[in-house]
Amino acid sequence: MTTPVELEQTQVDPAVDETGTEDRPWLTIVWNDPVNLMSYVTYVFQELFGYSRDKATKLMLDVHHKGRAVVSSGSREKVEIDVAKLHGAGLWATMQRDT
Amino acid sequence: MNGWRRRGELLVGTLTGREAGLLRGMVGQIRDLLAARVAANPRDELAELTGIIAGPTTAPTDQVLARLLPDFHREDTGLSGGMRALHEPDLLAAKDGAAAVILETCPAHGGRIRLSEEQAQAWLTALNDVRLALGTVLKVTEDMPDELPPDDPRTPHLAVYHWLTWVQESLIQALIST
Repeated sequence: MTTPVELEQTQVDPAVDETGTEDRPWLTIVWNDPVNLMSYVTYVFQELFGYSRDKATKLMLDVHHKGRAVVSSGSREKVEIDVAKLHGAGLWATMQRDT
Repeated sequence: MNGWRRRGELLVGTLTGREAGLLRGMVGQIRDLLAARVAANPRDELAELTGIIAGPTTAPTDQVLARLLPDFHREDTGLSGGMRALHEPDLLAAKDGAAAVILETCPAHGGRIRLSEEQAQAWLTALNDVRLALGTVLKVTEDMPDELPPDDPRTPHLAVYHWLTWVQESLIQALIST
């Protein structure tokens, strides 16, 4: 015999997150790699995130010169989807908690 | 190929028979790799019942597949595994779908190609996956010279890589031109 799972319990409300770290957002990081074209990376940032050409170019140059750049941030769910989209486009992206 | 041009809503380019054969062959190999990854993760009874397909939790051992399907987190393998199980089936399907667009729109024996913007974006994605695959096998680095010594076994393949780079770059420039 069993009881239905309380679905509500699986929904973590950020406001009452017991870890107390809800104010630290998740970050989407794009890492430099030797294959992806600068023009392509800029295009992907514009298409996936709706960034202006200037903003997308600045982020691309950060990736290129600094080796990595934070390209978006927010809830874990949002960042997770952003990373998946970037993987779909062939960019080397990871997620991490802001420090 | 003399590069891509925008013609109103369409992106237009021409591939020779040899170029088309080369491209289709490489795209076909990417599809085979993706299909092998799908096949290595058979649907279990639960997936058949719920319709929810969970991907594998570990990164591919094949270096090309590992580059096409990177980890979600650098250190947290538990998190990475969970994200992979959740997203990899859709990523594999999307990459295969983009590759399929090239095979559908590139004539087997070459010729003129007309792409909608959506098809051109699929071409960009699939061309990029082929370049990632080739770049991984060729161990391309940022400071790699444009030409390797003639006796380097990678020399003919690097020429193909540079050609793919040029085709992709040209398509991006055509896409962003108005």
